[in-house]
Amino acid sequence: MSKKLKVATTSLAGCFGCHMSLLDIDERLFDLLELIEFDRSPLTDIKHCGPCDVGLVEGGLCNAENVHVLREFRKNCKILVAVGACAVTGGLPAQRNHLSLADCLQEVYVTEISLEHGGIPNDPELPLPLDKVHPLHEVVKVDYFLPGCPPSADTIWKFLTDLLAGRTPSLGPELIRYD
Amino acid sequence: MTETFQLDGEDVPFAPGQSVLQAALSAGRYIPHLCYHPEFKPHGSCKVCTVKANGRTAASCTLPAQAGLNVESETGEMNDLRRTLVQMLFAEGNHFCPSCEKSGNCTLQALGSDLGVMTAGFRHFYPDRPVDASHPDFLLDFNRCILCELCVRASCEVDNKCVFALSGRGLTKHLIVNAASGKLADTDVALTDKAVSVCPVGVILKKRVGFAVPIGQRRYDQRPISEQALDDAPRPSTASGACAACEGTS
Amino acid sequence: MTHELQSILARHQFAPTQLLQVLREVQEHYSWIAPEALDYVADGLGLPRARVEGVAGFYSFLHSDAPCRYRLLFSDNITDRMLGNQELIAYLCNKLWVERGHISEDGLVSVDTTSCTGLCDQGPALLVNGWAIPRLTHERLDQITELILGKTPVEQWPRELFVIENNIHRADILLDNPMEPGDALRGVISRGGGLEAAANARSWREGIPAAEQGQLAILDEIKKSNLRGRGGAGFTTGLKWEACRNASGDHAKEQRYVVCNADEGEPGTFKDRVLLTTQADLLFEGMTVCAYAIGATRGFLYLRGEYRYLLEPLNETLARRRAARLLGRDILEHGGFDFDIEIHLGAGAYVCGEESALIESLEGKRGIPRNRPPYPVTHGYLQQPTTVNNVETFCAAALIAAGGDEWYRSVGTAKSAGSKVLSVSGDCARPGIYEYPFGVTVRQVLEDCGAENTLAVQISGPSGVCIAADEFDRRIAFEDLATAGAFMVFDASRDMFEVARNFAHFFAHESCGFCTPCRVGTAMLSTTMDKIANGHGTLYDLAEIEKLDRVLNQSAHCGLGHTACNPTLDTLKRFRPTYERRLKSQDFEPAFDLDGALAAARRMTGRDDAGAHLSTEEA
Repeated sequence: MSKKLKVATTSLAGCFGCHMSLLDIDERLFDLLELIEFDRSPLTDIKHCGPCDVGLVEGGLCNAENVHVLREFRKNCKILVAVGACAVTGGLPAQRNHLSLADCLQEVYVTEISLEHGGIPNDPELPLPLDKVHPLHEVVKVDYFLPGCPPSADTIWKFLTDLLAGRTPSLGPELIRYD
Repeated sequence: MTETFQLDGEDVPFAPGQSVLQAALSAGRYIPHLCYHPEFKPHGSCKVCTVKANGRTAASCTLPAQAGLNVESETGEMNDLRRTLVQMLFAEGNHFCPSCEKSGNCTLQALGSDLGVMTAGFRHFYPDRPVDASHPDFLLDFNRCILCELCVRASCEVDNKCVFALSGRGLTKHLIVNAASGKLADTDVALTDKAVSVCPVGVILKKRVGFAVPIGQRRYDQRPISEQALDDAPRPSTASGACAACEGTS
Repeated sequence: MTHELQSILARHQFAPTQLLQVLREVQEHYSWIAPEALDYVADGLGLPRARVEGVAGFYSFLHSDAPCRYRLLFSDNITDRMLGNQELIAYLCNKLWVERGHISEDGLVSVDTTSCTGLCDQGPALLVNGWAIPRLTHERLDQITELILGKTPVEQWPRELFVIENNIHRADILLDNPMEPGDALRGVISRGGGLEAAANARSWREGIPAAEQGQLAILDEIKKSNLRGRGGAGFTTGLKWEACRNASGDHAKEQRYVVCNADEGEPGTFKDRVLLTTQADLLFEGMTVCAYAIGATRGFLYLRGEYRYLLEPLNETLARRRAARLLGRDILEHGGFDFDIEIHLGAGAYVCGEESALIESLEGKRGIPRNRPPYPVTHGYLQQPTTVNNVETFCAAALIAAGGDEWYRSVGTAKSAGSKVLSVSGDCARPGIYEYPFGVTVRQVLEDCGAENTLAVQISGPSGVCIAADEFDRRIAFEDLATAGAFMVFDASRDMFEVARNFAHFFAHESCGFCTPCRVGTAMLSTTMDKIANGHGTLYDLAEIEKLDRVLNQSAHCGLGHTACNPTLDTLKRFRPTYERRLKSQDFEPAFDLDGALAAARRMTGRDDAGAHLSTEEA
C-alpha cells in the first residue's frame, strides 16, 4: 500500500476498555502500524482530528462534549465505527436512562450528606449531561458497528484487516459477542 | 410413502400434524427460531422463524407442513427479515449483555450473533421496568423480557399453576405474576417448576448460581445456535397444550 | 362491595367465558376495577388472578389504576381532530383543572382520548363512563363541566346530550327494505317442505330429507347470490356458511355458533351503528337464517364497547323476537329450529374486529388473533364450528332469504352483488350514511355528500387506501375499491401528512402486542412520524418507514400489522411534498432534540451559557 490510512480514535462515555482491547492485538500492532498512522487518539495525544480515513469511537453519548467530539469525528472521518457495547447500545452509562437526570443530580450533589459544600456544579467549563445516554447511531450516521464489552482483540483485528484491505468486514458468530 | 415438502430445494419428510419448523428440525434442518420450544405447542409470536412458502411469508412454527410446499428459508431476504426482528427485540427492551448472567446461554444473544446482528439499529426504547427481587430463590429482571410467553405456557400447561401471565397490550404488554401484591414472593412458584427453567433470556434467574460457568465454556461460546438447535429437535411434549386452570375447568 | 360483585357473577352464571362481561359490569358499577374486585372475580370464576388481571389490562375501557367518578374519553379520529377536538380537550381540561391523561387528585374526573368512537358524522365526540356524547361544542362542555362539578350521576344527565342521529342521506335495498320481522325466516322455512318445495324444480335435491332441504336450499341461494362479506375482506358468504355447516365439530360438545361482528372499530366507519339502530330486526333475522342454514343453536352479537348505549334497545328487540317466536325454541312453530342470541360487549380494543381475536374475546380472554389455520369455520368459539359475519352481511343475507338470489344479483355489478352502506365523514356538507348499489364512483359519492375542493378520500379507513383526485372515477366494488364502509373526505385545506400521522398513532395504540413486528414496528412508525412532524426528519427516516413496511408485511401476525404502514405509504406516494417540506436537507438527523436533551441539566445548574446548548444544525 502506497499511503498509510489515517485512523483517529476516541473514548466518549466509555471506560477505555475498548482501547485496551485494541492494544491487546499484541505483536499484530506492528503489522497494523505498517498500514495505518494515528491522528487524534489517546495514543498520540493529538487534541483534534484532521481529515481521516477511519474513526474508531468508543463509548456512548452522555454529555454535550461527547456530542461535539462525535460530530468532529463524523465531519473528518470517511468511515465512522462505533466500537464496543457503549457506543453501540449506550451500555453501562445508559443504565441511568430510567432515572430522571434531575433526581440523579439532586441525589448526588444536594441530598448526599458526605458532600461538605453541596450544590450542583455549574462551572461553564464543565459539559452538561444529556437527560438520557444515547448510542452513537442516534446522533450521527454510523458506518460500522463492533459490539462487545470490549470487542475482543481478534474481533478488532479481523475487522480492521478487512477494512484496510478494502473488504466489507465480515465477522462470524464466534467474533460477534455482546458481552 | 412418507409425504415431503421442499425446504431450500431439498425434500423434507413430515408426519401428519407437524409444522414446517417441526418437520425441518426433525429432519436435521435448521430454521432460526426464538419463541418456539420443542416441548410446547407452537406459539408464533416472535416471527423469527418466518419463511417463504409458495411465495408467501409465514411463521414456519405454526405453518402446517403440506406435501409439495416449496419453502425458502436460507435466503438473504428471510435472513434480513430475521435480523431486523431480532434488532427490534434488542431495541425494545433493556438488553445490557455485559452485566447479564444469562450472557453466553441466552437464545436472543445467540441468534443475534449467528444472524450477524451488529447493532439494534433502531432507536432504543429504554423502557422503565423495575426488577422483582422479592423471592428468596429467584430474580425477575423484566428489562430483558421478549414476551415469548414460554414461562406463561410452562406454568399453565406443565406446572398447572399459572404463576405467570401477560397484561397490557401493544408496547405496554408486560409479564405479570399471579399475586395480588404483584410480587413473585407471593406466588407458589417453586424451584422444580418447568416455568423457571424455560426463559430463553435473562428474566427468570435462579439466585446464587449466576456466572458459575466461566466465559468460554458457556453454551453458545462453544458452537453457534444454528449448530446446537438440532440437539433440541422435537421430542415428546410434556405440555398438555391447554391450561385447565385458565379454561376454568379445573 | 361483595354483594354487588356476587350478583354480577351470578348474573353470568360464574362462567369463565363471561370474564370480560363481568369485568365490564364491575367497571361500570364502581368506575374502576379495584384489586379486591380482581381477587373476588378470580375466585368467583375459578380463574387464576393473573389471568383476570391480564384481561383487565388488555381492554382500554377497563381501568385498574384508581377510582374515578367521571372518565371522559374524547374520540381522537382524524375527523374529530378536523372538527377541533384538540382545542376542546384543552378547554375542558382547563375548566376542570385536570391534566390530560391523569385522574384529578380528588378522584372526580379524568380526561383522555380514545380511538374513533364511530360518531364521525356528528363529532367531535366523547364517551363519559362509556356513554357517547356527540356534537361537542364549548357550550356542551360548559354544561358537562357543571354536571361533573355538581356530581350529578351520569344517568341523570339531560337526555339530549346523548342523542345520536342516524343521518341517512341515501337509502337503497337495505336501508329502504319493506320487510316485517319474520319475513325472511318464513321464506327460508317454506323452502324446506310442503307444496312450495314440491313445486320447486331443483331436482338435485330429490332424496334429501325434508328437514335438510330447506337448509340446503337457503345455503345454495346465499351462494348463488354471490354475497361477499361486508367487513372488508370480502370472503364469499355462502362458502363460509357451507364450510361451517360441513365442519365436523367435537362430538362431545357438538354445537355450531353464529357470531355477528359488530365491533366496528375501523376509524371513520359508523354504518353498523346505524344498521344496529334502524335494522336490528333484519340483522337478527339474518343471523337466524344463518343458524338455520348451518345448524347452529346459539348466536352472539359482539357489540363494540363504544356502542354501549345500543345494548338495551338491542336486548329489547331480542325479547320482542322471542315473544314473537322468531327466536328461542321451535322458531315459527318449526319443530327443532332452535336458536337464540346473546349480546357481548367489547371494551375498547380495535383488534377484536379480527374474527379470531373476537372469538377469544367472546371466550372472556385477551383479544389476541389466533394462529390460522385452523379457521373459525371449523375451530371457532370454544373450538367449535363458527360463522362470523359482519352486521351488514347478515342484513344482506336476510334480504336474500326474502327476495331471492336472482333479485339480489340484479343489484350492483357483475362481481359485486347488492348494495354497500358507506359512512361518509370529513370535509363535506352532508356527512352521514349513504347506501349505493355496488359500482358507484367515488366522484358520485363526493357529489352527493356535498364535498368540494376534495384533495383525497380515505377509503375503508386507515387499513384501506388513500386516493387522490385523479382516481375519483374509481368504483366502490370488490373488483376496484373494496371497503368496509369508511369514506373520509379531505379537502385542499388539509395536510395529508397529519392524517397519516394520526393513523400511525392509532395503529400503535391498538396493536395487541402479540407479535414482535407489530408491537415494536407500529411504535417505531409513530415515533418516526413524530420525528418528521417535529422537523427532525430526513430522507433516511423515509427509508426507515419503507423498511418497517416490508417487515410488517412479511411477518406481522394479522391484518392490523400488515396494513399499519399503508396510510403512510399511500400519502408518501400521492402527497410526497407534504413530507418533503418537513425534511431536513441532511441525510441524517438525531432521533431526538439535542438541545432539549440538555434542558434538565440547564435547569438544575442554572446555566444558560453557549456551552450549555447544542445546535441541531451543526453536522
